[in-house]
Amino acid sequence: MKVNKDQIEAHGLTPDEYKKIKEYLGRDSNLLELGIFSAMWNEHCSYKSSKIHLKKLPTKNNIVIQGPGENAGVIDIGDDDAIVFKIESHNHPSFIEPYQGAATGVGGILRDVFTMGARPIALMNSIHFGSPKNHKTKNLLNGVVSGIGGYGNSVGIPTVGGETKFNDTYNENILVNAMAVGLANKNKIFYSKAKGLNKAVVYVGSKTGRDGIHGATMASAEFDDNSEEKKPTVQVGDPFTEKLLLEACLELMKDNSIISIQDMGAAGLTSSSIEMASKGKLGIELDLNKVPCRENNMTPYEMMLSESQERMLLILDDNKEKEAKKIFDKWDLDFVIIGKTTDTNRLILNFDNKKVADIPIAALADKAPLYERKFTLNKYKKEKVEINNLKKIKIEDALLKILSSPNHSNKNWITDQYDQSVMCDTIQKSGGDSAVVRIHNKEKAIAVSVDSSALYCKADPKTGGKQIVAENWRNLISVGAKPLAITNCLNFGSPEKADVMGEFVDCINGIKEACEFLNFPVVSGNVSFYNETNSKSIHPTPVIGGIGIINDLKKITNIKTKENGNLILVVGKTIGHLGQSAFLYENFAMNNGPPPEINLLNEKNNGLAVLELIKKGIALSVHDISSGGMLVSLAEMSMSSGLGLKIYKPKKLKNFYEYFFGEDQGRYLIELSKNNLKNIETLFKKNNVFHEIVAEVQNDTFEIEGLFSLKTKDLQICNNKWYKDFNAIN
Amino acid sequence: MMKSSVIVFPGSNCDRDIAVALKKLQFKNSMVWHKETELPRSDLIVIPGGFSYGDYLRSGAIAAKSNILSEVISAGKKGSLILGICNGFQILIECGLLKGALLRNSGLKFISKDIQVKILSNKSKFFKKYKSGEVLKLNIAHNEGNYFTSKEHLDELENNELIPIKYCDKNGNIDLKSNPNGSINNIAGIFNKKKNILGMMPHPERMSDKILSNEDGLGLFLSLMN
Repeated sequence: MKVNKDQIEAHGLTPDEYKKIKEYLGRDSNLLELGIFSAMWNEHCSYKSSKIHLKKLPTKNNIVIQGPGENAGVIDIGDDDAIVFKIESHNHPSFIEPYQGAATGVGGILRDVFTMGARPIALMNSIHFGSPKNHKTKNLLNGVVSGIGGYGNSVGIPTVGGETKFNDTYNENILVNAMAVGLANKNKIFYSKAKGLNKAVVYVGSKTGRDGIHGATMASAEFDDNSEEKKPTVQVGDPFTEKLLLEACLELMKDNSIISIQDMGAAGLTSSSIEMASKGKLGIELDLNKVPCRENNMTPYEMMLSESQERMLLILDDNKEKEAKKIFDKWDLDFVIIGKTTDTNRLILNFDNKKVADIPIAALADKAPLYERKFTLNKYKKEKVEINNLKKIKIEDALLKILSSPNHSNKNWITDQYDQSVMCDTIQKSGGDSAVVRIHNKEKAIAVSVDSSALYCKADPKTGGKQIVAENWRNLISVGAKPLAITNCLNFGSPEKADVMGEFVDCINGIKEACEFLNFPVVSGNVSFYNETNSKSIHPTPVIGGIGIINDLKKITNIKTKENGNLILVVGKTIGHLGQSAFLYENFAMNNGPPPEINLLNEKNNGLAVLELIKKGIALSVHDISSGGMLVSLAEMSMSSGLGLKIYKPKKLKNFYEYFFGEDQGRYLIELSKNNLKNIETLFKKNNVFHEIVAEVQNDTFEIEGLFSLKTKDLQICNNKWYKDFNAIN
Repeated sequence: MMKSSVIVFPGSNCDRDIAVALKKLQFKNSMVWHKETELPRSDLIVIPGGFSYGDYLRSGAIAAKSNILSEVISAGKKGSLILGICNGFQILIECGLLKGALLRNSGLKFISKDIQVKILSNKSKFFKKYKSGEVLKLNIAHNEGNYFTSKEHLDELENNELIPIKYCDKNGNIDLKSNPNGSINNIAGIFNKKKNILGMMPHPERMSDKILSNEDGLGLFLSLMN
């Protein structure tokens, strides 16, 4: 039966796109085929607006085993070990149904990682909410956090860190980005590319239900006032089945029976089967009567478009079915051969002995529309902040205001809901600059950090793009890791708007520049457009997830100050840039000026010098300086240990606001014993690294000489308050 | 050499962790799948933490009905040493080897963090390497760890040194503030009457490696080694 205009529109396809569909089919499409095209051609699956720009990113170097284009990126960390990782968004579903949206976001990213043959070893996330004053925020925060915890805790993968931010811009479009990191043998990585004719296509995992139908299409459109009506498009997670699927897949992967494997994520059975066939340049034929269904009378349309979770598609080598089935039987999971690979280069679906769909694979994959969207690169504000016009406030009041703000408060309320210790390899939990997770049974570890800076990106997307990469790099260095590679999740408004597209292009340019300079390739990622409601877009929010390697477990640093009498040095130059700073935002509700500039040369130089000090055992604690500036970072070090600090006034006359709260980039705070000062000075001189002594560790008083004196304990109380008050059960 | 068995259910997720700790102390350990109908000869049976059967129905309820559990129950009744950690504790209660109930945490949230427990009595095979009164730092990670029982049973536990550990603060004070989940009398673990079966919410296996935190949990396994 021919489809009509309304159906085409309801599937998010334009008249021009439908014209193309007709051309590829050589006839009109039926409803099932239209659904399949809609699922494959939507923004979420096709990257039709972003692909052209993403190509600019550096994706290769000598450690990259697999870059973007597979389920996840893969890098070599030596000794045949490979790290498989990726970050992905689940923004739209989490706004509609926070618990399930966030939970299935975690589930999906875990499958991306174990599909490739890796055992997941760590989860991270970046979550952004609207203003705490917005009536939806509390419910969304509680739902998302328990959803992330509910899934990860149950599967038994530690959630070791992340970031949580609040800003009005996310009032109607929250962001939930989840990252998973897995460990594999580098000689046993599994890919989605099908090979060979007449190979069995096997469905494993959960049964197919009616949940999540058209989820990917929903996530490729903006919201309006009725977005809650989209609840049925949100999938429901079952972490228990995920755990069984994980163990069953890893067990099967021990031998060589799998030719190709792909999880059924967005657009479920449709995208997984097409992905495999398209990459293998093959056809695929499925008998839909064989698909295990949760409900009666499911139609081919529902089966092909369901986004029921915890399902995988495998292509098995000849005569391996019996052994494979035994494994899935052991784990009480469905295992059904539903089709075979063919040489037709077509997707053919049969149901009730009738052919119900017949589409050339290329039309769904390689020939999917690609748009070069219009974009305008705006000129961004360069005006300097006039500090003399600001109302005078006390330094200590400004500090306490920042420490007690939602964006800078201690996040234990969140992280205490995540099992951070299961698997017994978590060396450093959340709360520091990066999480550190040991490689099981080995004397090495990886560091993981997730970062974003939406305020910077809004004010100047290119500088902002550079800054996040640099900050991520710095966070990895701060724990003693050599930064290796990143994954990114690019959260933006509608690509159909030239200014949003301009922000996207600029951010990509910034990320590209920093990644190239720092030899920090992008190996996987995800783009989330249409984060907007009633035509109002969110701030551009690219999120970077980075991995670094630590080869000596004795040389890991954290932000905790260690001993009275030790000195704190700031590495990198303090100029006093207050544009877009937490100081202005939290104290004056201002977001003026440009973000701080990034000098990549200094960034690299300073970072490598700090890393050398860590490796020599000279740097006893390390903390990068980011949002809030030097004084906030000093306070964080102090609160972490409970020890105090005596902070010196700047030697050269500088404005105290600028000096203590400026967010100049490329800076670190390091603690060292006085005996090592000489050594450090020689080393820094040799490497041309600017440094300055700023404080001394002392008992329990946090003070700036001659300005103020506080108890470290009071800083902790101030920093620990907000989340508990906000989420108190009344 | 001491022989141990770790029971693995679908959804167990601390099975590898406990096996690592046992192997570190030279236990000869076997992993026993829940569908098995026979237990290997073992000096110690461990039911590990996790989410057996997804914690669906009620934490531990489905695992308590599995094949291997009837073997565990008869071994327990014969006096074998059994240790249930976290979900393992919940299973021991569901199958009747231990009395009482583990309710939802009083704060209605999953809690995962380092806490302190005080050793009230070291007079058992599980705690003899510790000193009574010692304060340990261990890790908890659970949604249903709020122990509750009848007044009579509570008196029996308190009067017969059947509560080896209670939640406390860093200085060993057992009070409301140091109670993470609402457990009655700050109970973190209990014995059966014969003290051969121990259920506890904190994870000793997570505190068995200095590089991760400390080795406060190792004493438990050392105690079991005779």
